Amino acid sequence: MKKFLRTNEFYVAIILILLCVFIGIKSPIFFSLQNVFDLLRSSITMGIFAMGTLIVIVSGGFDVSFTAIAISSMYITIKILFAINYEGSFLVAMIISAVIGLLMGLINASIIGFFRIPTLIATLGTQSLFHGFLLFFIGSKYINNVPDGMLRFSRSNLITTVTPSGAITGLQSGILILVAIVVIVYLLLKYTMIGRNIYALGGSREAAERAGINVIRTQFFIYGFVGMLAGIGGIIHGAHYKQGNPFDLVGTELNTIAAVVLGGALVTGGRGTVLGTLLGVALVVVMNNSLILIGVPSEWQKVVLGIILIIGTGIPAYQNMQAARRVKANLAE
Amino acid sequence: MSDNNNHFDKNDNGNGKNSFQERFNATRFLKIQDWNLMRLFLITVGIFIVMSLLMPTKFPRVLNFQSMGFQMSEIGILGIAMALAMITGGIDLSLNSVANLTGILCSVILTRLAGPNVAEPQVGLAVFLAIVIGLAVGIVCGLLNGFLIAYVGIPAMLATLGSMTLFTGFAFVITKGTGFFGIEAFQKIGNGYVAGIPIPLIIFAAVAVIMIVVMNNSSFGLKLYLLGSNPKASIFSGIDNKKVLLRTYALSGMLAALAGIVILGRTNSANPDYGASYVLQALLIAVLGGVNVNGGFGKILGLVLAVFSLQFLSTGLNMLLFRSPGANFFKMFSWGALIILFMIINVVSERRKQRASIKKPKPA
Repeated sequence: MKKFLRTNEFYVAIILILLCVFIGIKSPIFFSLQNVFDLLRSSITMGIFAMGTLIVIVSGGFDVSFTAIAISSMYITIKILFAINYEGSFLVAMIISAVIGLLMGLINASIIGFFRIPTLIATLGTQSLFHGFLLFFIGSKYINNVPDGMLRFSRSNLITTVTPSGAITGLQSGILILVAIVVIVYLLLKYTMIGRNIYALGGSREAAERAGINVIRTQFFIYGFVGMLAGIGGIIHGAHYKQGNPFDLVGTELNTIAAVVLGGALVTGGRGTVLGTLLGVALVVVMNNSLILIGVPSEWQKVVLGIILIIGTGIPAYQNMQAARRVKANLAE
Repeated sequence: MSDNNNHFDKNDNGNGKNSFQERFNATRFLKIQDWNLMRLFLITVGIFIVMSLLMPTKFPRVLNFQSMGFQMSEIGILGIAMALAMITGGIDLSLNSVANLTGILCSVILTRLAGPNVAEPQVGLAVFLAIVIGLAVGIVCGLLNGFLIAYVGIPAMLATLGSMTLFTGFAFVITKGTGFFGIEAFQKIGNGYVAGIPIPLIIFAAVAVIMIVVMNNSSFGLKLYLLGSNPKASIFSGIDNKKVLLRTYALSGMLAALAGIVILGRTNSANPDYGASYVLQALLIAVLGGVNVNGGFGKILGLVLAVFSLQFLSTGLNMLLFRSPGANFFKMFSWGALIILFMIINVVSERRKQRASIKKPKPA
């Protein structure tokens, strides 16, 4: 228990609860079922992206190309489905998108694995490469409807309620996909060999190599898996907005990275938990959607996000620096 | 010493040690750098010749050179700012937001102080004030970055990510999301000529020459390289790493502000999300120019060559593809491909070099 009080998750949880209580007092709409459902709905795609980003950051890497992967797989999938006039289940769309995402992820993996190019540079390059490829070779036109399967999915709800004003709202069923992915990533990182390899790689690449871990294979798994998650997140995003916009998402990757880092994942690798990441996502989603409820004008939201980001990364960084200094002082004695 | 095998490991102190030895082997160091610059120079000339042969009536023309001069200056200045941060082993993702924030503040000052019916001297004063305050804003932004990185200990990428959000946020607060405009007198900075040479190009050239001198001949430049190649060695040789970092990011912020001023002058408008891809481009130019992403290496001259080669390439591609829609998107694609290709070439040639040095019998 005492240990839990000192974890990063604990601080994030406290901040999140305080923020929610504060917003709730100022504006009771916040705790209405409709608003909660809306918040959950908008956290689905970010949650999925965040799970991928968590894995990459734990491994000591950085992936800024996942938004380009997501948008490309979504757009290409919609084009394929329209081309063959497929109106069946959403599952098929998701599988196609996931496979396209996986392939793009494997391109990242080969660049990073075989040539050991710093991950940030490599994925900045592939972001431009994938997005440029999509816009020039596939298409840059806005598609303002989606295949029937996706439409049905976006309208399907897990639970529905009727609000006092008479409108019907519900919990979008995409939340099930998020839950499934969260459980898979949790089990993967905690109980599988590959998960422990990812932590080891992030802790120290050299130590991981000497312990006999196949680093290149691990990296192929990481970036392939992340590409697949991006593909799934992308198609859900497309379904939610009922459109294929090839300029969407790209440029918002930093929001997701911020959520993961706020959730306590260490950017130098080796540390990060699923629970913390979920809390981080919740914090960013609540901030993005609800600051306006308490009267923060929309143009101030970025400033608030920036300040929270700096404080959120600054406190652990400062503590680390102090700890390192203490160790050095002890050694000197 | 197995340390030498892990040349690319970011956590590895052997990397720094290795580069440190290289630095003291002056002749070898010079040769490597020269070879990099030579390769870059050949690429630049090669692209120029190919484009000129493909479009003899359009590419090698004075008018085209002038328009390229306007286009490459902003990104060249941002590239130098990025290179400074990278040589210390960091990165500055906030450059673009600093440039936009500066442009917006300058436009506020200009439109307030030098409205339509204002006498000439006051316009001059307003322009002067706008430039001074603009550069000061850049320095303040850079100091914040440097403080977060050096004194709070946030990794450079995250610190500048946070400050980027913050600066863009301030830009939104000031403009409420719309675009701001400059004044006519200010447009000379972005659109004027001196002896047929675009003024932005002159500014870029001046920045490049000053930075080459600073990096090669001043103690600050030496400290910067030493800090980047081995921070521990630099502490033990009596350098205040934190102060050097603070100054570097302040300088980088000031250069970003200068780019913002040039952009305001050229486009006569400033808005919070102008040129979002500039950060990527600045990074690409720095990497292409031979700046090592792990810090410690990189020449401003290489960066200048990289700016020229990229400008030739993108202008040439635009001319070739002007009929097909989305030439810009192809540029995006080709730049992404280029950055990856160049990194791969660097890594492969580095590996070959290492293998060669291992094979060579060591003198007893």
